[in-house]
Amino acid sequence: MLYREAGEFKTSYQADLATFPIRFDLWGFWSVIAVAALVVPFFVNDYWEQAIFLPFFIYALAALGLNILTGYCGQLSLGTGGFMAVGAYASYKLMTSFPGLDMISIVLISGAITAAVGVFFGLPSLRIKGFYLAVATLAAQFFLIWMFNKWGWFYNYSATGMIAAPERTMFGFAITGPYSKPAVTYLFCFAFLFVFAWVARNLVRGRIGRSWMAIRDMDIAAEIIGVNPLMSKLSAFAVSSFYIGMAGALYFALWKGAAEGTEAFPIELSFRVLFMIIIGGLGSILGSLIGAAFIVLLPVVFKVLFVEYWGWPTDIATHVQVILLGALIIGFLIAEPHGIAALWRTAKEKLRLWPFPH
Amino acid sequence: MGFLTDAFFYEVLVAGLLAGVMYSLVALGFVLIFKASGVFNFAQGVLALFAALSLVGFMSGQLPFAHVINWLLGTQWHHWYAPPGVEGEVPPFWFVLFCIALTTVLMIALAWVVVRVVLRPLVNQEGIILFMATIGLAFVLEGVGDLMWGANVKKLDIGLPAGPSDMIIDATGMFVEKIEISAAVVAIILVIALMLFSQYTKMGRALRAVADDHQAALSVGIKLETIWWVVWSVAGIVALVAGIMWGAKSGVQFSLSLIALKALPVLILGGFTSIPGAIIGGLIIGAGEKLFDFYIGVPFLGGATENWFAYVLALGFLVFRPQGLFGEKIIERV
Amino acid sequence: MSSQTVAEAAGTDREYAHQEIDHGLNPRRIGDVVMEVKNITQRFGGVTAIKDVSFDILEGEVRAIIGPNGAGKSSMLNVINGFYHPQEGEVWFHGKKLGNLKPHQIARQGIARTFQNIALFHGMSTLDNIMTGRLTKMHRNIFWQALWSGPAEREEIAHREKVEQVIDFLEIQAIRKTPVGRLPYGLQKRVELGRALAAEPTLLLLDEPMAGMNVEEKQDMCRFILDMNDEFGTTIALIEHDMGVVMDIADRVVVLDYGKKIGDGTPDEVRGNQDVIDAYLGVSHD
Repeated sequence: MLYREAGEFKTSYQADLATFPIRFDLWGFWSVIAVAALVVPFFVNDYWEQAIFLPFFIYALAALGLNILTGYCGQLSLGTGGFMAVGAYASYKLMTSFPGLDMISIVLISGAITAAVGVFFGLPSLRIKGFYLAVATLAAQFFLIWMFNKWGWFYNYSATGMIAAPERTMFGFAITGPYSKPAVTYLFCFAFLFVFAWVARNLVRGRIGRSWMAIRDMDIAAEIIGVNPLMSKLSAFAVSSFYIGMAGALYFALWKGAAEGTEAFPIELSFRVLFMIIIGGLGSILGSLIGAAFIVLLPVVFKVLFVEYWGWPTDIATHVQVILLGALIIGFLIAEPHGIAALWRTAKEKLRLWPFPH
Repeated sequence: MGFLTDAFFYEVLVAGLLAGVMYSLVALGFVLIFKASGVFNFAQGVLALFAALSLVGFMSGQLPFAHVINWLLGTQWHHWYAPPGVEGEVPPFWFVLFCIALTTVLMIALAWVVVRVVLRPLVNQEGIILFMATIGLAFVLEGVGDLMWGANVKKLDIGLPAGPSDMIIDATGMFVEKIEISAAVVAIILVIALMLFSQYTKMGRALRAVADDHQAALSVGIKLETIWWVVWSVAGIVALVAGIMWGAKSGVQFSLSLIALKALPVLILGGFTSIPGAIIGGLIIGAGEKLFDFYIGVPFLGGATENWFAYVLALGFLVFRPQGLFGEKIIERV
Repeated sequence: MSSQTVAEAAGTDREYAHQEIDHGLNPRRIGDVVMEVKNITQRFGGVTAIKDVSFDILEGEVRAIIGPNGAGKSSMLNVINGFYHPQEGEVWFHGKKLGNLKPHQIARQGIARTFQNIALFHGMSTLDNIMTGRLTKMHRNIFWQALWSGPAEREEIAHREKVEQVIDFLEIQAIRKTPVGRLPYGLQKRVELGRALAAEPTLLLLDEPMAGMNVEEKQDMCRFILDMNDEFGTTIALIEHDMGVVMDIADRVVVLDYGKKIGDGTPDEVRGNQDVIDAYLGVSHD
């Protein structure tokens, strides 16, 4: 009898527009946030930071970005890896050129630079649609990675062609470099995800979000009722790339610490983020988070459960994991194109009516 | 036009054109499937990889899923029959043919599974959903292929002529691999066969009918699922041919599936619905990327521009001529 | 269908509509010319969809465009919307030439539209669909949007109130939060009308608003159209196949056939026009 909206009446449009209209959800949400912000940092160790939390926060940020473009605005992109690389290399150049710049600004500016690059590669979307656009974004992926590999300026002409994050501190705590503490990087990434998930939520529920969705659902009709397709698509590309660029900067500076263009940002990275939003839910903020968690946890679960616990050979476990991932993609597209988030919503609807569904 | 007298120009051009034939072969499979089912099949390249892996597997008598079976049963089985002929040499011709036939049957069976499991439940979905489903399919096929035949690089030798062609060296001084000439010949034969098939057979007419209008085709009693099965089978066979050619040239390995990505810009150039377009698009991309890298990439940009040239060229095309070279212009309606 | 039955069908619906008008509040005001379509010719490759068509629309009137299938009616609306740019001719709206304006710019001039095959945004709820009609009137920039609390939220609520009025007017309160894909056809048409109405247009283009509806739904739709015209003074141009409906609610009718204008005038004038009768009875063209 806990999960009920009975007795909760909305008396204003403001209350009706709330993100968590049901009180129980609101409490649940804030308790999760409280635990994540106040409790987990005291217990997080290197393994949990490196294998689960940072990947989750960073991929969730990237997935939010791609979901804005693909899930909300309907423009399929396979260039996520390339755009993450832009964020990473931008943050590297900023960190090495402006040693005084604090890390928050670096991540934000890297996002802004990526947004500009994203808008440039988004220009063809004004003429082309669907998988044609997907091919155009492949151009971004391959060209950008090639550029970062070939042009020495981007990696400061280092002999290995690698970029490595110099040490940066914030409030006296090391954030990047070898001495950074798990709790610090954890909180830094968590804060970014929290703030920008909230921003994404705000964007998609207002004027801009509706113009994106209108373009996605029926672009010609949208234009005829007054949506400017140029502004709408390019703003989706800009916002999306901004998120992906920030994710790339965090990926490089806080998580990996060092990167090499071809290996760190391959086309597979683009697919991985795409899979997150398909499995999590296209056009859903919660879905981006669920999808990121799912894809991050899948290999961990395989390793812990199948390889270490049940003793499967590693290569078989890897292949099975690839098959499972592909099968899940197909399965979700067939059974529930709106992903786990939609399953979650349906479950909540059922729960709301339980035990008298009629 | 000084470069026209440059001997390198022709050598690079020919090498590019021949590489382009390979792209065309993959692109051909795309076009077939796209025309008949409106599906943009991302898995075409993995299909080629899977076909080549299976062919090698059959030719060496390797036991499918040997690794899994041995792990589950604790056995040490690796082969289920010894291939005829002398080890280390090209197997007898009849055996090669037999193995190709076997692989063809496998591809047809695979097509049936794909239609049943992936396409039928997704009928009437938007193109973009189907496209993403084929990305999933690519992953499944890749995993199954590795699990079935092992993930190591394999040599594929079905007795195609190898090495540089002496005749061409003597005549022109150019260095051309025989295998590439064979690929070009096979591609030409394949295109002619496909055209004859679609023009002069009943099934071919049905295919064209479906490509024109699904609904109308259904209403005159053409069974959509059968058509899809046929088309995916034909695309599987085209993939097998592409797999053989690529495999014989550079070994059967995962990078084979990446040529699928190169086929995408080929399609954009040629238009998604045009068979000659796929061929010409492939040639343009193949020759273009080699020439660009030779004259501009290596001297001025640091080389390896082949990684992106095709995509950027396609991008330019998309912006200025979205329907490709041979596709039809679409008039939008509301 | 003979002209006799056309007239009969028109007669029955006419009575019904007149009752409605009698209960109406405001007397109809027909004003000056708001839109002038001048010598439009639209070709697609070798096909001429519209050939030298001119007509005008007066403020506050209900103007119908009729004609057999393929007569160029929807193309005409597409030209007005700026979705097609005709090879010849021009469209003037409120004394301004629309020229090469893009569709979204034309929408901002106060022209809204519904579509022949419903063009709702299927991923959104009824409420969100109608809210998209307000997009041309919402202006908060992306930074206020990102912050939400404050100006963006206030703007949203102000427009939400307008949309709720539209929802009340169209009597669709109960389906406010339903995804439009789940609605039956007739309701979808109504939501689409709501989306156009939410834009508070001065000229409303309706492309076959009653196609595929049953008698009750048609009556409802007629009532909404006439009420809109009466209460808000919205000028309406509509394409319709149901002759009874057209003869009943339209003030003036344009008849197109094979892209050419063959008749223009009040319903009674058009009904007596020999060319129009021929076009509808299928007399062969020589």
